[in-house]
Amino acid sequence: METLFGITGKDFVITAYDSKAVASITLMKIGENKSRELNPHTLMLFSGEPGDGVHFSEYIERNIKLYGIRNGIELSPRAVASFARRELADSLRSRKPYSVNLLIAGFDVKTNKPSLYWLDHLASLADVPFAAHGYGAYYCLSLLDRYHREDITEEEGIKLLQKCVGELRNRMILNMPDFVAKVVNKDGIRIVQL
Amino acid sequence: MSRRYDARTTIFSPEGRLYQVEYAMEAISHASTALGILAKDGLVIAAEKKVASKLLDETKGGEKIYIINDNMICGVAGFTSDANILINYVQTAAQQYLYTYNEDMPCEQLVQKLCDLKQGYTQYGGLRPFGVSFIYGGWDEHHGFQLYHSDPSGNYAGWKATCIGANTASAQGILRQEYKEEGLTLQEAKNLAIKVLSKTMDTTSLGSDKIEFATLELVNGKVVRRIFGQPEIDALLKENNLLNKTEEAK
Repeated sequence: METLFGITGKDFVITAYDSKAVASITLMKIGENKSRELNPHTLMLFSGEPGDGVHFSEYIERNIKLYGIRNGIELSPRAVASFARRELADSLRSRKPYSVNLLIAGFDVKTNKPSLYWLDHLASLADVPFAAHGYGAYYCLSLLDRYHREDITEEEGIKLLQKCVGELRNRMILNMPDFVAKVVNKDGIRIVQL
Repeated sequence: MSRRYDARTTIFSPEGRLYQVEYAMEAISHASTALGILAKDGLVIAAEKKVASKLLDETKGGEKIYIINDNMICGVAGFTSDANILINYVQTAAQQYLYTYNEDMPCEQLVQKLCDLKQGYTQYGGLRPFGVSFIYGGWDEHHGFQLYHSDPSGNYAGWKATCIGANTASAQGILRQEYKEEGLTLQEAKNLAIKVLSKTMDTTSLGSDKIEFATLELVNGKVVRRIFGQPEIDALLKENNLLNKTEEAK
């Protein structure tokens, strides 16, 4: 489980994850899905220990879906992130904590604003304009610092993400397979080609 | 009536009724009135206080209107001791939601939580139901201002205007007549509330020591709760020409 990216813009969030599944020195799979759609306007990306990632993210996915079915309303991205953080915090002081890092990207249909949350396995939560998890962060956060603006359009956001992926291709010791990119906006969640 | 079936609280009678629940509602119909009115830009909850003795120490705070959380209040009719248990439960539930989601609990969900608890007492445990009805008034971003009513059976419904306790038949009648289809302003709702209260209260003279009054509205996008103090209630009575007027006995 390796690199995750998230970039917010004027009215969207674009996220990306590398689709490798690695075990020690072996590439197990390309095309691994490291995301889960929690509700029509909220997407969660996960990385960290492989089993924990799937287990925890599906647990969150089902709880958020159940909320939507029970109450007929969508939880806001902020509430979703708070819920996930609370679960991580409870897990932290249990016998074996989940080793999962998350990016939660959402579009709040009430305020019409996009939001991105960075969470880690120690139950940190930060509301950020852009974020990354994994080794990719070391190479790309500076790029995002330099080129990101609050009001970028989707096209500009995709170009910025391509810059980041390009940097990883240049400098990461391991070969980077294709990244899977997904955009969250008022119309929902969709895959985009990088 | 099959008396033998009354004693067990959680079973049906042969006619398919739950007597204990009905008896609880009967108890409430002897309690002092509380009413709620929804306005376009807010809501009002008003209640009659039981006999105020001069010897009573008033510092404790109201017995009829309570704050649930930042965006909800409620009015109570029935056994105050039962009400305290339920109010405590619902305040805790609201904070539990805030703890988990970092957002205020939507109004209807909070009402459902309490109603699920009340329903439990009609189905298992062998305990009597709670002898309290509630009128909840709140605001959330999903449905704006809302008014709900729940009773000992655990049923609830949303209302534009409703009342609980004694004299609800006449109060509901007045509310039905006076409530405007297109909605009221908060000021109109306040006036209507005090007017209905004055008609249903048994006492011959109206005073702020016999009334509890509260409003909920949005100010700069934030929910503002106002629990009226005695001077403010007096002012409202005065505005409506009801202050210390001797009413004809009903």
